Amino acid sequence: MASAIAVVDYREFTKRALVAGFVTLVMASLLVGIEAVSTVNGLEVATRYRAVFCASIGVAIVYFLMEMLKAGRTLVPLIVSLAMIVLFAVLEWARAEGLPLGDQLPFDSWVVNWGVMLVPLSLALRALFITVRPEAKSSRTKTDARTHGFTGFYLRYNKLFGLILIVFAIGFPFMPFADRRLVDVGTLVLTYIMLGWGLNIVVGLAGLLDLGYVAFYAVGAYSYAMFATHFDLSFWVALPIAGALAASFGIMLGFPVLRLRGDYLAIVTLGFGEMIRIILTNWWWFTGGPNGINDVPRPSLFGLLFERSAPPGRETFAQFFDIPYSPSQRVFFLYFVILVFALFTNLFTLRLRRLPISRAWEALREDETACRALGINPRNTKLTAFAIGAMFAGMAGSFFAARQGFVSPESFVFIESAVILAIVVLGGLGTQIGVVLAAIVLIGLPEFFRDLQDYRMLVFGIGMVLIMIWRPGGLLSHRDPTIFLHRGKAKS
Amino acid sequence: MSAAPLLAVEHLTMRFGGLVAVDDISFTAPDAQITGVIGPNGAGKTTVFNCLTGFYKPTVGRLSVTSSRGHFLLEQMDGYRICQNAGVARTFQNIRLFVGMSVLENLIVAQHNKLMRASGYTFAGLIGLPGYRRAERAAVETARLWLDKVGLTAMADWDAGNLPYGGQRRLEIARAMCTDPVLLCLDEPAAGLNARESAELNQLLLSIRDEQKIGILLIEHDMSVVMQICDHIVVLDYGRKIADGTPEAIRNDPNVIRAYLGEEEGEDEMGLVAEATGSAT
Repeated sequence: MASAIAVVDYREFTKRALVAGFVTLVMASLLVGIEAVSTVNGLEVATRYRAVFCASIGVAIVYFLMEMLKAGRTLVPLIVSLAMIVLFAVLEWARAEGLPLGDQLPFDSWVVNWGVMLVPLSLALRALFITVRPEAKSSRTKTDARTHGFTGFYLRYNKLFGLILIVFAIGFPFMPFADRRLVDVGTLVLTYIMLGWGLNIVVGLAGLLDLGYVAFYAVGAYSYAMFATHFDLSFWVALPIAGALAASFGIMLGFPVLRLRGDYLAIVTLGFGEMIRIILTNWWWFTGGPNGINDVPRPSLFGLLFERSAPPGRETFAQFFDIPYSPSQRVFFLYFVILVFALFTNLFTLRLRRLPISRAWEALREDETACRALGINPRNTKLTAFAIGAMFAGMAGSFFAARQGFVSPESFVFIESAVILAIVVLGGLGTQIGVVLAAIVLIGLPEFFRDLQDYRMLVFGIGMVLIMIWRPGGLLSHRDPTIFLHRGKAKS
Repeated sequence: MSAAPLLAVEHLTMRFGGLVAVDDISFTAPDAQITGVIGPNGAGKTTVFNCLTGFYKPTVGRLSVTSSRGHFLLEQMDGYRICQNAGVARTFQNIRLFVGMSVLENLIVAQHNKLMRASGYTFAGLIGLPGYRRAERAAVETARLWLDKVGLTAMADWDAGNLPYGGQRRLEIARAMCTDPVLLCLDEPAAGLNARESAELNQLLLSIRDEQKIGILLIEHDMSVVMQICDHIVVLDYGRKIADGTPEAIRNDPNVIRAYLGEEEGEDEMGLVAEATGSAT
């Protein structure tokens, strides 16, 4: 690709940039240009023309710069994008300080402003990159994923990366910036990571598209809630029972869908998920119906409670260690419980990967006919996948019930299944760290960006579309063989 | 007939609605010999195979396998048990490898049942008992043995889908052999191979016959393969068996010549047949 510097046709670039700007103008006007503002006189329609115009002009400029980059001209894009960054940074600083200059900014949320700044930043980085290494100019050429780019980087530092994530996860609650809310978000993210890893067994390894995964989550949650409220079982006793119950529900679902594949399997599992939710809603004398089950006890640490005061005969965590009670103790404790659960799920899956059952799942995903010809029992293999995946969902469900202290059918709607599946697919089917990244992106960021208000879901959607365009196989889609002949036997 | 043959097909009939794909076929395949099944396109060869390996349930007929493992009636068994218990392994006309998995993994998956037992049906393996590690090493050794035989050792860690075509064909045979079968059914193993590759295939099949002492059932179009290595040939046409015998007998059988070259029996055409089959030997 030596002589790829094309004749630069600025008129063509201008034309395309203007078209891009115009499209942005039309779409932005329709999507966010008009808002209903509630005033003393009732609802009034207000326009956000400044935001829309800024966005359109910005898109036109950025598009023009991108075209120039593609043509190999790096200097102008570098200068312009740096200028844009500086301009935005100054304005944002002024806004944060409350100076009148800050009113010139089109958006009044720091998240949006910083997010917008990412665009010229990435342009500048790209320009720099091309200047330094001209041979890497065309990113569209096929490169070997093992040695180049994001996946290659990840593969080289695979273990280190995982270790850093674990250390970070353990240290996270003790960081200066980690307040109670953030740790709570972390707990939520970890719950979804665990669910993602569980579903990864079914969808990623065994290739069975399960759209009703939340049903097993519900089974686990209700199991614990009912065992705890009716039989006074503690969380740690009820946990394996809930896991086993969810696993048996997994087998129950598995039997009728053994012969189904692809879309048909997805439809039936979707129906199963809805069935469980509807049963939970309507079997009111057993499950409490739409009201759910209240006062689900919290988990304890070796019998130590995380409450303000202990009932007679029990002790609280604060009393035992003779420290003042604080509600964040429980939040921190729950965080570590789910961290241990998630790590257990991960360890379990990593061990499974080296066992014949996991290889049979992958083989079954690749070609069921060939599996049968090799004497692999497809029925048992599939049912095992359903059962193990469901078991982890059940355990996560128990944790969910214990954390909320309350369960109701509303927590187990279809969208939950869809989110978990999105985590698995965006992360890259079959990868472990990909699920972590995807869960942070899909669960953590929306929680974190509540500041974006009505843009939040828009950004979420744009993000999903972008990921699917740039990394259609998921964030980290790479499969390493589970066993090697030549690379030494110790490789795990 | 003193001892029962390895494979006995008796009165096999397979109907799909009104279409009779296989009509009352009987033949036997002895142990440690290569039995060829040939016939023009649509003669019902693959249907016979699919009945044998449990993909179809035959309409009528008995398929029995007798080996050191015992006596099995294939038509009554679940598809996967035919390989697992009776020891009948097969390859496919359109190659069916696990293309996303490595070459070695393909061979390890083929030893699934052995490894499942060794891993205590997953439970012992999860705890990490040493028995499974040992079994896995043994499985890798078996795989290495077959990789050496089919000449794929250097590519053991490649994705199976990245192998060249001939390599994929050989890998599929190696994979079938890793299930430790008593009868190996090959559906057109030489299809798409060039002359050198198909000569190598002949050597491979002969060595499997002589070293493993197992029966091989072979569907093939390539006459150079069939005539050279088969000990015994069954010819099908329109779902019926039209001939059965040694390669020499088949080559001179008028029914076979008619089936392959049509009804008119001119001198020239007879010459063509002799040339076609003669050059193969």
